[in-house]
Amino acid sequence: MRALQRALGVPRIGWVFVMPNLVVLGLFTFLPIVIDFYYAFTGGAELYPSQRPFTGLDNLQTLFDCDRYLDASSCRIDLFWRSVFNTAWFALLQVGLMVLAALVTALVLNRKIIGRGFFRGVFFYPVLLSPVVVALIWKWILQREGLLNALLQGAGVTGTVWLNDAGWAFFWSVLVSIWAHMGFYTLILLAGLQAIPADLYEAAQMDHASPWRRFYRITLPLLMPNLLVVVVLALIRAVQIFDEIFVLTGGGPGSATLFIVQFIYQTAFSESIRLYGLAAAASLVLAASLLVLTLAQLGISRQGLGRKTGRSDG
Amino acid sequence: MVNLARMLSATRGRGRLDWTDWASYGYLLVGLVLMFGPVLWLVLSSFKSAAALNEFPPQLLPYGQATVTLPGKSEPLPLYRVKLPDGSTRAMVELRRIGIEATMIDPSQPTEEVKVNIRDREKVREFHLALENYTEIFGKFDFMRFLWNSVFITIVATLFTLIFNAMAAFALSKYRFGGEKWVFLIIISTLMIPPTIILVPNFLVVSELGMLNSPWGVIWPAVATPTGVFLLRQYMLTIPDELLDAARMDHASEWKIFWRIILPLSAPALAVLAIFSVMWRWNDFLWPLIVLSRTENFTLQLALNAFQGELTTQWHYLLAMTVLTLLPVTLVFAFLQRYITTGIASAGIK
Repeated sequence: MRALQRALGVPRIGWVFVMPNLVVLGLFTFLPIVIDFYYAFTGGAELYPSQRPFTGLDNLQTLFDCDRYLDASSCRIDLFWRSVFNTAWFALLQVGLMVLAALVTALVLNRKIIGRGFFRGVFFYPVLLSPVVVALIWKWILQREGLLNALLQGAGVTGTVWLNDAGWAFFWSVLVSIWAHMGFYTLILLAGLQAIPADLYEAAQMDHASPWRRFYRITLPLLMPNLLVVVVLALIRAVQIFDEIFVLTGGGPGSATLFIVQFIYQTAFSESIRLYGLAAAASLVLAASLLVLTLAQLGISRQGLGRKTGRSDG
Repeated sequence: MVNLARMLSATRGRGRLDWTDWASYGYLLVGLVLMFGPVLWLVLSSFKSAAALNEFPPQLLPYGQATVTLPGKSEPLPLYRVKLPDGSTRAMVELRRIGIEATMIDPSQPTEEVKVNIRDREKVREFHLALENYTEIFGKFDFMRFLWNSVFITIVATLFTLIFNAMAAFALSKYRFGGEKWVFLIIISTLMIPPTIILVPNFLVVSELGMLNSPWGVIWPAVATPTGVFLLRQYMLTIPDELLDAARMDHASEWKIFWRIILPLSAPALAVLAIFSVMWRWNDFLWPLIVLSRTENFTLQLALNAFQGELTTQWHYLLAMTVLTLLPVTLVFAFLQRYITTGIASAGIK
């Protein structure tokens, strides 16, 4: 290190300090994104790039080969389109309901409440649980002889095998992922609420503004930037949903809870013929939608907000 | 009770609780049940015996059927309260059962067998923590190996993450080496490339480096995180440059400045990143699922996933393993909640 310092001089030794990080990012992020394109434009089931024949846009064309785009069963790769529609529905429902619930929770926690720290922790705790643990907790509750069916029986209602029914499995996928992630967004919104100056409310109270009016005229407009960030962030994560649903339902029954990332995973890693090209092409479609969302997020964050990231792993 | 009411009403600073307060506390109580209830149910269930888990409707607490071990019998036998034809009731154990007729015996008179219709008896229940669920998973499965794999990956990846990201953050906050703006931009731009879109090519890179089925295949791709660099850089910008200049006057090398001055002073930010890194790596699922395909390399998360397919008839083991897996995260949360929540509120990392 000392020799390097003598050779480079003090300011330029900065390169030495950033190098490990750049090498790792280069190898495991930038190089892969380039190879991603190579895979998408080559065919066959070989992993090694030199053994893959160039097929141009074939993979993308195969993915988009549909008679009617709104009908997944008319497509050549119908599973891909099912996963796209499932993901779109999932993202809309999950993000809409979750942000609403997070907003209500943040508003309640922002009041003068005994044990605020405790309740904040209660809502946040599931965020830290691993997706596998989350899925197993709910699988245990939702199974045929599980807690939910027992409670329903106590109320005189006959339960069902929740995860064997397409509609219910989707419903519980949405609910379980809201349960697992809501606390994170609650925290961000709570921080936003606490940043609203208290004298605004005092002034409004002097003018005898009703609580509803205070909410619509002060809280909501001032919280809007945080709300937008939260919505975009939640969308970015919802589009990439995989872990907990994969363990909870395995994508089933049938393809009722199959989402894009699971389609990519199955196509590339769990089928007997591993269609890496098709999986890479699907990855690029996912990447394009994420790019739009991330740019939207950066646009919003520029307006004087702290940076929030759409990654949940670092 | 009066005191409690006074304490509750004191919070708003003026008189009584109005309906909005009651609604708030109601909401929070429902939230408490919905958020903690499922976890509590998991923990309670994990202490039930296999037989108790099969009961429907389930009991809230781990009550199991009482058993008695008779001299000369290896297995403990289930205990029942039997209503005899003469109208008296006695506690008896079941020797065997054919159809609706059970052969039972009174433990105090072990020679006299009685045939009983199963409608004339009910189970004797007692509170029983099935600790064997926990002790047996260590013998029956390679639990220690999965635990070790998870611990190894988590600790090594976290150490590397801290050092690599602190080095980059140090350079980006304290040097003008011509290009620091670009490097920062490049590192931050990787936020737009989440791991889910480079699964296939990353698999190639990792396999070319010979790291398939090795913990290093999980560790290396994870150690350079844009979030970590950003968090640490923001913190290091607040460390005054005069400290560095003073050290340079004393002929300290740049590495020594980093190691002896910058790192200790950045301890709060490093602590936040360390906590998050531990959570990320401990909970990781998709990437290890792709890289680690041999059972002996599985992390706890992968083992749980593999067993939940095979062990659905053995929920008592599965539940105990799940509880052990969530235990470390729960402990971290219980003691370091403040760091985690401020880390999220200030930097938005998760």
